[in-house]
Amino acid sequence: MTNPSRLAELLREGHFVVTAELSSSNSPDPEATWRRAEVLRGSVDAINCTDNTGAHVHMSSLAAAHLLVEKGFEPIMQLTVRDRNRLALQADLLGAAALGVRNLVLMSGDDVTAGDHPEARRIYDIDSLQLLEVAATMRDRGTYLSGKKLEQAPSFFIGAVENPFAPPLEFRPLRLQKKVRAGADFIQTQLVFDVPVFARFMAMVGDLGLVGKVFIIPSIGIPRSARGAHFMREKVPGLCVPDELVARLEKTPAARQAEEGIKIAVELVNAVREIRGVSGVHLIGIKWEEGVTQVAEAAGLLPRPTLSPLVTAGGRS
Amino acid sequence: MLERLVVAIEKPLKEAVWDCRMCGQCILHSTGLSCPMRCPKNLRNGPCGGVRANGNCEVYADKRCVWVEAWEGSRRLPLWGDHIEHLQKPVDWQLQGSSSWINLVSGRDGRAPAGWSPHPALPQRGRVRNGA
Repeated sequence: MTNPSRLAELLREGHFVVTAELSSSNSPDPEATWRRAEVLRGSVDAINCTDNTGAHVHMSSLAAAHLLVEKGFEPIMQLTVRDRNRLALQADLLGAAALGVRNLVLMSGDDVTAGDHPEARRIYDIDSLQLLEVAATMRDRGTYLSGKKLEQAPSFFIGAVENPFAPPLEFRPLRLQKKVRAGADFIQTQLVFDVPVFARFMAMVGDLGLVGKVFIIPSIGIPRSARGAHFMREKVPGLCVPDELVARLEKTPAARQAEEGIKIAVELVNAVREIRGVSGVHLIGIKWEEGVTQVAEAAGLLPRPTLSPLVTAGGRS
Repeated sequence: MLERLVVAIEKPLKEAVWDCRMCGQCILHSTGLSCPMRCPKNLRNGPCGGVRANGNCEVYADKRCVWVEAWEGSRRLPLWGDHIEHLQKPVDWQLQGSSSWINLVSGRDGRAPAGWSPHPALPQRGRVRNGA
């Protein structure tokens, strides 16, 4: 219970952090998860374990996050309110803490109709903001939502998501503020392809006085092919992929599209870095961990900073 | 008996006007008079990240997002415009189908789980209890 969040330490020390998404495993063999994670070692500060991403079933984020802890990685466990009621959510939060998971990203989740079990019953017993409040209550007050005391309060670094590109655009910064009030310490945003819209969003966030109160980490997608970019534009809920980007990849010969995708991602990283209030980047190479390391390298984000073990042991999180 | 009588009036009225789902803990005035229980994810605190660029629902492509309507509605409300920023407590599913009017008068709709309370380190603004 003593080791704090390394991600929190890095952010509080003012480092520009790099996180990445791990492709979820469909194998009971832990090696399948570790193999993908090893590609990212040294290139990122923390790794997101997704929770049935896109409402497609995979190994649980709790199990994946624990496997990462075992190998000395810093996991960020995503948890949606789509598949669990308030009892299961709290049980998994406490279980995650016991297994060494410190970083959370709590969200509504893509709807089941977007996934591979569209006939499933959606849960949504509580919403993502209420889950943030519940996790913060477990941490800060040491109680469950019922009011019952925990034997010991868990230590969490609590994250949330926001989509700066989905209507109603003017409400998004207020909703982010609401999430901060409910307990969010950091935010990972939806994939940023449209930098001016994101910059406007960040300006509104700044006007609300939230810069310095919450760490905001925009997601940068690494398109591997024109087909992949096309798929993201058409099929992924809440994504805004500009036509010019798809066209740019389509103009590139197939053999060089991955390389062009890296270039696009590096340009995006450099653009968002300049925006006030941005504390890092979250790199998403869809089933493409190698793309993440290439972008980290090409964008000058390597080597990643290290915290001395002493700093970590005396951490505040 | 009284409950059944009130429900007999409340249900058809609110269904006709707001497409009400009789959650029994009405917060319409905090949501621009757009019923959040019509959201397929039952979100009480704002829109999900899946809202389409045209303002339609992620799940029902031909329907306006309940929260896009809520935001627009809240801008028009003379009194409760900023109530959309309030953190709403978890739904009490035991109240489904009961009269929100009776629950408002009795205070039943304001009852939250014992562990649900304003965060000590955060501003109190936005944490007032509401009923409608």
